[in-house]
Amino acid sequence: MAEKNEDFEPNIVAFLCNWCSYAGADLAGTSRIQYPSNVRVIRVMCSGRVNPLFVMNALQQGADGVLISGCHPGDCHYMQGNYYARRRFNLMRNFLEYLGVEPARVRMSWVSASEGAKWKEVIEEVTNGVKEVGPMDQFKRRQLNW
Amino acid sequence: MNGKPKIGVYICHCGTNIAGTVNVEEVVQFAQTLPDVVVARNYSYMCSDPGQALITDDIEKMGLNRVVVSACSPRMHEPTFRKTILGAGINPYFLEMANIREQCSWVHEDPIAATEKAKRVVEAAVVKARRLEALDVKEVDVEPSCLIIGAGIAGIQAALDIADAGFKVYLVEKSPTVGGHMAQLDKTFPTLDCSACILTPKMVDVANHPNIELMTYSEVEEIGGYIGNFDIKVRKKTRYVDMDKCTGCGDCAEACRMAGRFPNEFDEGIGMRGCIYLPFPQAVPAKYTVDKDTCLFLTKGKCGESPKCKDACQAGAVNFDLEDEIVEFKVGTIIVATGFDIFDAKLKPEYAYGVYDNVLTALEFERMVNASGPTGGKVIMLERGKKKKKKESEEVEPPRAPDSVTFIQCVGSRDKSVGNEYCSRVCCMYTAKLAHLVRDKAPDAEVTIFYMDVRAFGKGFEEFYDRVRREGVKYIRGNPSEIYRKGDKLIVRAEDTLTSTPLEHETDMVVLSVGLCPRSDNREIIDLLKLSQSSDLFYMEAHPKLRPVDTASDGVYLAGVCQGPKDIPDAVAQAKGAASAAMIPMASGRVKVEAQTSVVDEATCRGCGFCVELCPYTAIELVEVNRMGWPVKVARVNEALCKGCGACAAACLSGSIQQRSFKDWQLLPQIQALGVK
Repeated sequence: MAEKNEDFEPNIVAFLCNWCSYAGADLAGTSRIQYPSNVRVIRVMCSGRVNPLFVMNALQQGADGVLISGCHPGDCHYMQGNYYARRRFNLMRNFLEYLGVEPARVRMSWVSASEGAKWKEVIEEVTNGVKEVGPMDQFKRRQLNW
Repeated sequence: MNGKPKIGVYICHCGTNIAGTVNVEEVVQFAQTLPDVVVARNYSYMCSDPGQALITDDIEKMGLNRVVVSACSPRMHEPTFRKTILGAGINPYFLEMANIREQCSWVHEDPIAATEKAKRVVEAAVVKARRLEALDVKEVDVEPSCLIIGAGIAGIQAALDIADAGFKVYLVEKSPTVGGHMAQLDKTFPTLDCSACILTPKMVDVANHPNIELMTYSEVEEIGGYIGNFDIKVRKKTRYVDMDKCTGCGDCAEACRMAGRFPNEFDEGIGMRGCIYLPFPQAVPAKYTVDKDTCLFLTKGKCGESPKCKDACQAGAVNFDLEDEIVEFKVGTIIVATGFDIFDAKLKPEYAYGVYDNVLTALEFERMVNASGPTGGKVIMLERGKKKKKKESEEVEPPRAPDSVTFIQCVGSRDKSVGNEYCSRVCCMYTAKLAHLVRDKAPDAEVTIFYMDVRAFGKGFEEFYDRVRREGVKYIRGNPSEIYRKGDKLIVRAEDTLTSTPLEHETDMVVLSVGLCPRSDNREIIDLLKLSQSSDLFYMEAHPKLRPVDTASDGVYLAGVCQGPKDIPDAVAQAKGAASAAMIPMASGRVKVEAQTSVVDEATCRGCGFCVELCPYTAIELVEVNRMGWPVKVARVNEALCKGCGACAAACLSGSIQQRSFKDWQLLPQIQALGVK
């Protein structure tokens, strides 16, 4: 499947926690830091809210990659949410690998509210990673009308 | 508010901030094609009065029941637009924002890509808006009391303001006395007010105020609860001195076998103390403290026949059987005013601090010029590490005054090599002040200041800087590279960058103008309160411009240097700001709590208790309900405790527990909108 296409612009869904990563992404904006537009953000209050099935769902819907980003370990606004997210993420990644999904598609990062520059780095890394593995079409399914 | 959703979509130009990159017109046309969208409009500034009127008019005329505002970050204006739609009579939680500024127009230069992304983001907001539900905004009572952590000038000022307004204040200070760094200072720039004269009355006031409960030598151990109802646990460390009996006479300190053997922290190690001590004569409370790390009796279990301090105390206050005391209380709000550490000059080894006796930090020098300091205000050459000679027989040559004093600025500030990029904002002026004081106290000494730039930005600063230069203080622009000793002199090697001349400056004494750093124990408060840090590692305010004293945690406010370097007037101003911010919920007596809490569908919950284990706030419990005549266990959420993180919702095996506004069927359409190509 992975057609090496230079023009391939991946579509990446990101789940950002409200307190750290969403604020960090906002700071990147306020600081006018430029980065690729492939990542589209869904705001949740805590990375701990992200059900692994959301990730599967995003890949099924057609996303080429998924990013989950939260507060640094130990800094969670809700004390433990990012630890839950991390544990779930690791289990899920093993499972996805087992299913044949390239690890580069599903990423997790820690970006704090003051790390606008790091957000850019994360986006570039994720985007380039997904570009390299190409479009995701193993999971395509019938679209539901919500 | 049931029935078919009727959505209005409002796309903001934000002047050219959004419209400069995103084709707003195109996004409007796209929005009109989305399901349930009744109207889509654009306007130059949605947050302005006419912008908000656009929304309220449409709600009234078209009967909209959901609103999508596509503009800046919801972290910026979500509260604004929630109020707007509430004013027009619809539930404030029928609002969804699409962030097309911070996360779109400002970060993407390509208009086509930015417009494409904006459309997607708007679509995701619309499909979520279709599924939004009305939420009840609940209110809870606010405990009319405030915890203030740190009793430096910021904490003191905040405490006095709040207490004067009639609220109870618990002022907790880690060290044995209140006053903080300001108490160590001699004069304050640029007015040359005597620091002690303006501070000590306030120190006494906090100790005597009927509304302030002062806890010195105490640390906050646990903070639970939420705005309005924080549960606080404080450890009052024992001083081994009965606070009620101690009269502050000082007989114990004189009697201590180890008197004068240990560096006094308050004097930055220039002065000495024994194992039982009062940091300085004006300390509040004026009660002695046994240092348990050095006391012979406490460390070795033996101090001669019996501890001398105990024998000397006529009031019988010294008592080695005393133990730490834990106090618990409730407060409505919290102000963090924990202050700063000075930069550790040893991290700049080229300046040989700690190697040569007469390389000082500015705070050490401050203690030296202080009339009540260890040298009685005399500027003298230091001989460190020498024990005070007790025998009178030995003739001690009185130390001489230095012939020249050299200051080096920006030590630990504006210096990437030590990781501090920021300007500490006070060093230029305190250096000028200290230079003036040298002129005053050692008129014959030559004074030289090496600087990078002089930042005299505040009220009266430039005038003061001028005055000091007129007094014959020599300013040389250059950042010294090395200090070494030659004979009994110190040589400062530098380059005068204005004339590009390398120079070797001979001097008796070097004063390092060290910057202000986040406290080394910053983490303790972060762990207690979940505060964020800025990139400079100071605590982070909720918004750099509009919410400078608030934090991301409701009911927790910041005052003083813990938020970033400031001088005294700025710290006082911020403390007053934090005090007034904390008084808002306390004065109104009620506060709105998180509405986006979790909720359980008891019909499908099978009572596995997984969420109960998971909840960091113990907000969920299993209760027995009657299901068709059978008793079954189901989870139930205590909404006063739930903070709305959603960790339970992500873990529920049957999807029975859901977070309001972030329910599975509200997020899944968003995922679809963004995921589908």
